[in-house]
Amino acid sequence: MAAAGVMDMASIELVASNLGIDLSTVNLDSIVLPPGEDFGIPSDDEEILQREEPQEFEAGFGNVIIVDNLPVVPQEKFDKLEGVIRKIYSQIGTIREGGLWMPKDPQTEKTLGYCFIEYNTPQEAELAKEKTHGYKLDRAHVFTVNLFDDFDRFMRVPDEWTPAEIKPYTPGENLQQWLTDEKARDQFVIRAGTETEVMWNDPRQLKPELVYRRTYWTESFVQWSPLGTYLATVHRQGAIFWGGANTFNRLMRYAHPQVNVIDFSPGEKFLVTCSNHEPNNPCDSHRVVLNIFDVRTGKVMRDFKGNVDEFSVGGAGGVAGVSWPVFRWGGGKEDKYFARIGKNVISVYETETFTLIDKKSLKVDNVVDFTKVDRYTKTKKSTYPGFELFRIKERDIPSEALELENKNDKILAFAWEPKGHRFAVIHGDNPRPDVSFYSMKTGRVSKLTTLKGKQANALFWSPGGRFIILAGLKGFNGQLEFYNVDELETMSTNEHFMATDIEWDPTGRYVATSVTSVHEMENGFNIWSFHGKLLYRLPRDHFIQFLWRPRPPSLLTTEKEEEIAKNLKKYSKKYEAEDQDASLLLSEQDREKRKQLQEEWEGWVKEWKRMHEEEKAIRQMLRDGEASDEEEVYEAKEVEVEEVVKSQKSSSKRYSGVLHNFVM
Amino acid sequence: MRPILMKGHERPLTFLKYNRDGDLLFSCAKDHTPTVWFADNGERLGTYKGHNGAVWCCDVSRDSMRLITGSADQTAKLWNVQTGAQIFTFNFDSPARAVDFSVGDKLAVITTDPFMELTSAIHVKRIARDPDEQTGESVLTIKGPQGRINRAVWGPLNKTIISGGEDAVVRIWDSETGKLLKESDKETGHSKTISSLTKSADGSHFLTGSLDKSAKLWDSRTLTLIKTYVTERPVNACAISPLLDHVVIGGGQDASHVTTTDRRAGKFEAKFFHKILQEEIGGVKGHFGPINALAFNPDGRSFSSGGEDGYVRLHHFDSDYFNIKMLQGCCDYIKINCDK
Repeated sequence: MAAAGVMDMASIELVASNLGIDLSTVNLDSIVLPPGEDFGIPSDDEEILQREEPQEFEAGFGNVIIVDNLPVVPQEKFDKLEGVIRKIYSQIGTIREGGLWMPKDPQTEKTLGYCFIEYNTPQEAELAKEKTHGYKLDRAHVFTVNLFDDFDRFMRVPDEWTPAEIKPYTPGENLQQWLTDEKARDQFVIRAGTETEVMWNDPRQLKPELVYRRTYWTESFVQWSPLGTYLATVHRQGAIFWGGANTFNRLMRYAHPQVNVIDFSPGEKFLVTCSNHEPNNPCDSHRVVLNIFDVRTGKVMRDFKGNVDEFSVGGAGGVAGVSWPVFRWGGGKEDKYFARIGKNVISVYETETFTLIDKKSLKVDNVVDFTKVDRYTKTKKSTYPGFELFRIKERDIPSEALELENKNDKILAFAWEPKGHRFAVIHGDNPRPDVSFYSMKTGRVSKLTTLKGKQANALFWSPGGRFIILAGLKGFNGQLEFYNVDELETMSTNEHFMATDIEWDPTGRYVATSVTSVHEMENGFNIWSFHGKLLYRLPRDHFIQFLWRPRPPSLLTTEKEEEIAKNLKKYSKKYEAEDQDASLLLSEQDREKRKQLQEEWEGWVKEWKRMHEEEKAIRQMLRDGEASDEEEVYEAKEVEVEEVVKSQKSSSKRYSGVLHNFVM
Repeated sequence: MRPILMKGHERPLTFLKYNRDGDLLFSCAKDHTPTVWFADNGERLGTYKGHNGAVWCCDVSRDSMRLITGSADQTAKLWNVQTGAQIFTFNFDSPARAVDFSVGDKLAVITTDPFMELTSAIHVKRIARDPDEQTGESVLTIKGPQGRINRAVWGPLNKTIISGGEDAVVRIWDSETGKLLKESDKETGHSKTISSLTKSADGSHFLTGSLDKSAKLWDSRTLTLIKTYVTERPVNACAISPLLDHVVIGGGQDASHVTTTDRRAGKFEAKFFHKILQEEIGGVKGHFGPINALAFNPDGRSFSSGGEDGYVRLHHFDSDYFNIKMLQGCCDYIKINCDK
């Protein structure tokens, strides 16, 4: 406890001798300060204790509930009622010692019909509210349960209605500004280490252009909204949306503690957040909390709470037990409806009031999954090498079985052509499977071609169809074959060693391949043209995510699109000219830069030569007078290079032939 | 053209050095036995037997008469290049690491590793013309920094000693007094262990390779940082072309991190960069493990690489190599194809 420098030993001895105490007889270790007395010497650890304590209180009354509509009983029955209440509420969680308080009327000694219960944790209180709100003790007594904190809030509601203050309208930024980029470039977001960066893909410049960078932007991951308007960052406390005309400003916060996954309605009207909560008691099942937020107002429109089983169907898959996404949306751009699958039931809600349509769910036995499919769907069985194709748009859903030529082939991957009528299958046994393409155009399944012995185990169609990447990820070390399905020809074969992820940009013009930090080495991404020309590379340590910013669907009418396709030459002329200008400008800039670097370097070389010349005599001396020949080399070298290059040009074949003989 | 695969070492390579004439190539490995090869056809000429530990570094005198080697057996040895006979053994109390002959070959710098309570140290020894007069006496001993010194070389006119090692700092010492003259800047310098350090042909500038996945080019007199070459892997070895404005950088994962599943060759490329533009211009694949050593032939027409896989690969450049021009407005990735 003693602080150094407060009192040295000499002065202690002086005081002791004044008081007539023999210090040698005193056991200093046995001296204890009276409680609450520190003699003005503050201790370091006490401070820590004091600082810790207030945290306990910060919990507030979140763990207290108020149960109303209890029977009013006289003194004699008090203990009995208290026993009943304690029995009900201690099942849900641990009631704190002295945490059950049922106030009485001081005059009549009767209870007042309500009580307070204090739990150990706010979670227990929350659960108790949920489980016992509306609990029927008997016909006359239906419990009303509220959190104490809520009660406080309800009490503050003013009795008189006052019209809400209407704030003047301030126009927001144009969140779609990025779509108006003059060079029609696309954006993407990457995460590497603690950095999150949004960049333009600038293939003309053969490099990305930084839009916005932020360290520790997210605590878990980032995600674009489906139309690309927002970038969501996910944190422990919830999600935050970012967007803006030129940069990324915070638009809205959506509080949801411990959120694990998020999902958007297709029209970006609503945000669904989901969190899993490990139970305190291992016997209980995981609890899941889902919130549906209105994206623009940030308000929770509806929440769903329950056990994880209620949100998982078909057993496997999903994030932490939940079949994600939980909701499927419908009703066009307005996201009018959403549906949820439960045990043998599909519940459809509408977003006007966030209630069940017709107030009941559809009963369906053995529902496993449901999805909206454009034209066809298929089933794949791993034990049986073939497909059954169902035409779900036609009556009775006719099915068609497709068997592979080699019945022993395993099917490794399958992919439909987006906006098209074809599909691709990788089949066969490792190590070099075959890839087949089929068309459904004529109404029947017809095979287009089979490519034998490909190093591929994944298929990536361009979002516009027609082009596909046959990728060999994992075991194949990142083999990439860019294939044109219209012409049935390989455009190019390349490799991005160790590539783990492949993503087409939303326009189908470029492809990003990346190596994420599942590998220790080679982290970063490559950008390729659709036909497989490597445009540029960006290495980044601890690379985590690459996501293209999605684009909303085109606003052009079908007729207009057809017209453009017809007169493509006319339209492309403008862009070709721009391309040329850009490349001219680039080479101009590049030349400038290179010239500057070259000049700078020549400056160094000049200085080095000067120093070298100056030191010549000393160097010679150090070598006992032996002529230093490096100077000669310096001059002679330039000439030599010229010669080498020239002779190599004319007789390179001969030269390498000679050397080749050496090897053999 | 096809590289020449030189098998002779049983353990990972640690260092490669050409003599001044460029006809001999000396290789050091963890297998205790430095080896000399013909630099044009890769034929093994002889070995230097006598060390009892991994050999980390070597240097050869200007007249190709003397070889000096530093080894983990706590000695540095002087050898007769021609006969392979040991001339002298310098004994230390900890493993010897870097060795370098001065201009004129009258001095040698030898570094020793930190060991027990000993810190790293830089020793300057006088090299006698007559082997009988050779002594082990140090002209100067500099107490080094924390951590190992991986390379130490003489600065211009033997006035300074340049060192780099585990603490990622490049240091220039006064070779007379042992005083520390300059240190590289923490901000712009390397952030991880400096694994290699190699001088340009005229000694005016030098290149350092680091596990921070970069190599840096410095002015030997002022320690000004001139260029940085960034790669995707830790750099174990680097070399400056004496002929063209190229540098070559090699490395790879730590031996302990190399996955055994990927047996495909070519993961461990020697990467060529344009010295002035700092752009990657090509790569040479071939080793089955990280590249630990790189050296250019003094004529600049061939180079050799030594790998963790125990092989030395000797590459004679194809004619294409000499025709590489930095195309305007385009940084075409040119494969320096030695596997044809």
